[in-house]
Amino acid sequence: MRDVLTIGGKELTNRLFLGTGKFPAKSIIPKVIKNSETQVVTVAIRRVDLNGEQENILNYIDKDCILMPNTSGARTAEEAVRIAHIARAAGCGNWIKIEVINDNKYLLPDNYETIKATEILAKEDFVVLPYVSPDLMVAKALVNAGAAAVMPLGAPIGSNRGLKTKELIRILIDEIDLPIIVDAGIGKPSQAAEAMEMGADAVLVNTAIATADDPIKMAAAFNFAVKAGRLAYLAGPGAEKIHGEASSPLTGFLR
Amino acid sequence: MQIKVNGQLVELAEMLTITDFIKSKNLKPDSLVIQYNYKILKREEWSNTILKENDELEILNFVGGG
Repeated sequence: MRDVLTIGGKELTNRLFLGTGKFPAKSIIPKVIKNSETQVVTVAIRRVDLNGEQENILNYIDKDCILMPNTSGARTAEEAVRIAHIARAAGCGNWIKIEVINDNKYLLPDNYETIKATEILAKEDFVVLPYVSPDLMVAKALVNAGAAAVMPLGAPIGSNRGLKTKELIRILIDEIDLPIIVDAGIGKPSQAAEAMEMGADAVLVNTAIATADDPIKMAAAFNFAVKAGRLAYLAGPGAEKIHGEASSPLTGFLR
Repeated sequence: MQIKVNGQLVELAEMLTITDFIKSKNLKPDSLVIQYNYKILKREEWSNTILKENDELEILNFVGGG
């Protein structure tokens, strides 16, 4: 049976989403995308530096990938909505990752403003993927607001600290009837596998790949880990026990 | 004539369309998104939009991000 994740009417067979920030050179991004086998790639929108080099990240992204511009830089719902309009006008489709941040130290998202922006943009037919701190009531509000998925953080952006919010994410997976995509904080492939084993629908990784010594190799490692974790979830891990339970028969030999 | 581009005041010596201005700054137009006085301009509108005193222009493009 095909294992497909459907978001905004698109069928995804790969569950690793890739962020494109912080890479040591843009020129390696095509190889990173190839090794990660990702189908969804995030980008940001910024003012052009009139006196400097003009960067166009889109030149490095495979045309078959779904672009998911983020609203980074937004501090309010209103600013996030403005950025979403700009992204759509630029011809990048209608997927948008809502990211509203007022906290410069931990970069934690403003859940309240994020819900407001989600509500507005979902009504305008955007496929809205909000980045939030994991909280059941917030996630329920996002469902009502018309989100296409919920993207809880595992740890602060760029921290590489793994699933510090694991129990709260588990509750979202259990209770929320939308794809749950763990975004932010995943630092190692084992942590991506851990998220997928517990039933996350996908993970979004940027820093862990971009800042690895060899991002191209690390992209492949994350691809395998996400696949392994997903397969383990579908296979249904056996129960944990406190005491030992022999794997070989204990009778019928020597005594 | 003064206009504001990406939040900074810019002095224009002559009448320019948005297409002219982009050329004068050696920007590649393909990937740009232009907001003109808070309104997103379609690409085909760039060449017939003449900049005037106190206009506000945002010239944006896509960069790496997570």
